[in-house]
Amino acid sequence: MASELSVGSQVRALMRREFRVAMRQRSDLMNPILFLLVVVTLFPLGVGPEPATLARIAPGVIWVSALLSALLGLERLFRDDFSDGALEQMLLMPMAVEWAVLAKIIMHWLLTAVPLLILAPLLALLLNLPKEAWGTLWLSLLLGTPVLSSVGAIGVALTVSLNKGGALLSLLLLPLLIPLLIFATAAVETAATGLSPAGPLALMAAITVLALVLSPYAVHAALRVSVN
Amino acid sequence: MWRWLHPYAKPEATYRLNKKLLPWFAIPGVVILTIGMIWGLAFAPPDYQQGESYRIIFVHVPSAFWAMGFYMGMAIAALSAVVWQIRTAEWAILAIAPVGAVLTLISLFTGAVWGKPMWGTWWEWDARLTAQLILFFLYLGVMALYAAFEDERTGAKAAGILALIGVINIPIIHYSVYWWNTLHQQSTITQAITRFEKPSMAPEMLWPLLVSILGFLLVSSALVILRLNNEILKREVRRPWAQTLLLKENR
Amino acid sequence: MTSLLEAKGIRSIRGERTLFNQLDLCVKTGELWQVQGPNGAGKSSFLRIVAGLLPAQAGEVRFRGELIQTIRSQYHSNLLFIGHKAAVKPELTAIENLEYYAAIQGQPLTAAPYELLERVGLVGLEDIPAQRLSAGQQRRIALARLWLSSANLWILDEPFTSLDVSGIAMLHERFSWQLARGGSVLLTSHQPLDNIPVQVNMLNLEYQH
Repeated sequence: MASELSVGSQVRALMRREFRVAMRQRSDLMNPILFLLVVVTLFPLGVGPEPATLARIAPGVIWVSALLSALLGLERLFRDDFSDGALEQMLLMPMAVEWAVLAKIIMHWLLTAVPLLILAPLLALLLNLPKEAWGTLWLSLLLGTPVLSSVGAIGVALTVSLNKGGALLSLLLLPLLIPLLIFATAAVETAATGLSPAGPLALMAAITVLALVLSPYAVHAALRVSVN
Repeated sequence: MWRWLHPYAKPEATYRLNKKLLPWFAIPGVVILTIGMIWGLAFAPPDYQQGESYRIIFVHVPSAFWAMGFYMGMAIAALSAVVWQIRTAEWAILAIAPVGAVLTLISLFTGAVWGKPMWGTWWEWDARLTAQLILFFLYLGVMALYAAFEDERTGAKAAGILALIGVINIPIIHYSVYWWNTLHQQSTITQAITRFEKPSMAPEMLWPLLVSILGFLLVSSALVILRLNNEILKREVRRPWAQTLLLKENR
Repeated sequence: MTSLLEAKGIRSIRGERTLFNQLDLCVKTGELWQVQGPNGAGKSSFLRIVAGLLPAQAGEVRFRGELIQTIRSQYHSNLLFIGHKAAVKPELTAIENLEYYAAIQGQPLTAAPYELLERVGLVGLEDIPAQRLSAGQQRRIALARLWLSSANLWILDEPFTSLDVSGIAMLHERFSWQLARGGSVLLTSHQPLDNIPVQVNMLNLEYQH
């Protein structure tokens, strides 16, 4: 009985259920992305449509907007599981809970980052980002979004038992995400000036690995506190 | 190896120990801080470049230094609270956080005031000030998370986990902010301070600075001890030991 | 009869209030235990401590003689816990919910999903998302896990809530089956377990001021 239970089959089952539930609430997935598009549209209206100015601020605007929109979609990582009891059952799975957490983080990343990566060229176009930087923008989003999902999971796990909404979550998470923002925008900016963005991208990759390795433990500890 | 510490983890023992320790921090703290302030602000020689305005380092550097130091202290308390489930350590997180946040605020304010004569603006996106500002946000996060919970134990545990995550992040934040600052090169308070921190700093400036740093440590620690004892009494007020103690003290 | 689950000297404090102190329980194989007590006495907290969801302020819980913290995975693969919240995903249908619970136990639901639904009285409702079913029907989805489970120990928090007469009878029958095969059941319930064909052991929790 116990021997048949492999970590792999449990993780697969969990991810399949996550995917099914997400597909039944597609609007929840789309709303943060539409929010991102609207926010990015606001900048030319607020700053003025001068192409050089837009190109100058494009990396920062896209990344800050991506951070904010990610915060909107984070709560669905654990909020529903907490209220319907699935979270308790997750803590009772006969394997290290960190695997289940990692599975949820990866699923959340797939469901939120893929639309973002599809949208990224449109954002670059709207803000007149130089062509040389498009690839780097895309790469920075690809490398950076797992950090949003995994560090975000810690914040959600800490606040899931509170009915306080997103403001507290933002206060907790945004300071922790500053290094990501710095390296990501620096990478896109260096690429836009024609230089190699390898340095900041390598630093981002290091942060991503660190976040993915450490966050499941922190999330597990936080969830134990939250189901109290 | 921490066994010897364990008896002190009991609220009652901690309370009594704190009571004994408090005067040893408070009295020398006030004296030393006063000496350091007067020495630094009135008697130390003016700087050959910045004139009198450099004197704000006697407030800025100690507060900035201990703002970080107390975050580390809070993280150690958080580690004891999360790993060994020690209640007094949970309260220590809450005792330290506001004191550290105020130190951070003092360092930010003095940094801004110092910036005015140096650069002509109240706020400069200098690496050290920016890192200090983020540290302030981290303190606010810990305090806000604790305040959001109705159950104080759950709140303290959650705040402890957040403090630990913050402490892992601080080196990364510092590195990234300094890196960002060199990318967008500006005049920096950092250079102004490192000039003083080098061993080349004149001893008649260095000594009052060291005295102020010690004074800040002692006074802030006394505040933490006071807050911790308040917290212990508040939480344990229904326990027999606290009741007899309160009766005795109020007689 | 060997002891399956043993709790010794359990203390729980919620907020400022001590729920219970020095609580002992020994569940042997083939036994059914009912935890009884008024509202707020800590029945749910006790079950959650025994299941390993909550830490106790004092005392220890052992499964087959081993501390549950040291053999957590093994303990949880032998435990079925259905809490106050049913852990049924409202967006998914009954079959999809059960597919998940079957899969994490390593036994795909392919065998006979409709037979299972018939047993718990959900035939004809298999394509409807759980959120559109009644409270009792949602409860039945959660309880259908009792027919999927090969766990030795069932811990059930108020399993009879919102069930009708036929649902209660169906559960009684399932409990008998579990005890007959050498499993054990630990549950809370406000109602006395009348008409149940097995012996009911009682653990009474008092309200502590």
